[in-house]
Amino acid sequence: MDNAFITGKLKTRFTDGIISTDETSDMLTVVVSKEVIHDVIFFLKENQSLGFTFLTTLCGIHYPEQKLPLGVVYHLHRFEGNEKIRIKTFLPLKNPVIPTVTDLFSAADWMERETYDFYGIIFEGHPNLKRILNVEYMDYFPMRKEYPLEDQTRHDKDDRFFGR
Amino acid sequence: MKEKDFRDNETLESFKKTGQGILLTTIDDIIDWGRSNSVWPLTFATSCCGIEMMATGASRHDFARFGIEVYRASPRQADVIVVAGTIVNKMAPVLKRLYDQMSEPKFVIAMGACAVSGGPFYYNCYHVVRGVDHIIPVDVYIPGCPPRPEALLYGVMQLQRKIKLQTITDAKKIEKVK
Repeated sequence: MDNAFITGKLKTRFTDGIISTDETSDMLTVVVSKEVIHDVIFFLKENQSLGFTFLTTLCGIHYPEQKLPLGVVYHLHRFEGNEKIRIKTFLPLKNPVIPTVTDLFSAADWMERETYDFYGIIFEGHPNLKRILNVEYMDYFPMRKEYPLEDQTRHDKDDRFFGR
Repeated sequence: MKEKDFRDNETLESFKKTGQGILLTTIDDIIDWGRSNSVWPLTFATSCCGIEMMATGASRHDFARFGIEVYRASPRQADVIVVAGTIVNKMAPVLKRLYDQMSEPKFVIAMGACAVSGGPFYYNCYHVVRGVDHIIPVDVYIPGCPPRPEALLYGVMQLQRKIKLQTITDAKKIEKVK
């Protein structure tokens, strides 16, 4: 199954929902709007000719320079033919709500909890959306870029020694 | 290791409380001899220092030679908790609870950089307790990342020295009772 077949199928089914497609070196990347994300994953899973029946991973991303800074990445796997596909969708920083895929993949349960834990993305319809790794009284989402990874008060770190 | 081989030979022993009667100090000596030679650690390891602690307990280093004998799976039977590894914020209440469940006299060894100060996670992190002494009182600090088994053995021997200074007639405790 080549990438053109998959993109063609998706574009005929979800005309405006597919924002862009990109054939990156490792796998096909499809950016979809958040309105159709659940339908896209359902389509990829249940359609007879596609059959991406395995959710490899699900995680959050934060690109603060974008208009829609928060995002969710889904990696789906098709055992028949050993093919992978990456689906991205982007959300606004304010009130980032996205439908859950736990009704399609049970494995998404903990992944969505982790994504909520670190990025604050709310998965609508998730059965148990609470923090999974961090302490429950934590009042921020530590993987967002406004919480810098490095201590800004330090001056002893030379960028040259960190390959930057 | 003989007493004279410790580097800081005099400092620790100078804290020993004196001035009790001959009977009580003799009882102290006997009790401390017994306690210091059967220190049972709690089975508690949170990361790579735990592997090093297991190596110390295994046949090559065998810290049963020093009486730090058998790992107890229950805090109620343990005398010492070796905090071997990173303590994250979510683990902190669990560690505190384990410590509270241990019966007196109880001791704490902070093993490795993470338990001493947070170690590599001291800067730029949102999840690690910067030193286990924020949660529970620590008797012996063992630096290293992770410490060699010899370092843990040395720390255990220092703890034994410390146990030998204890007295059943602690002036502070008597005052509390009064």
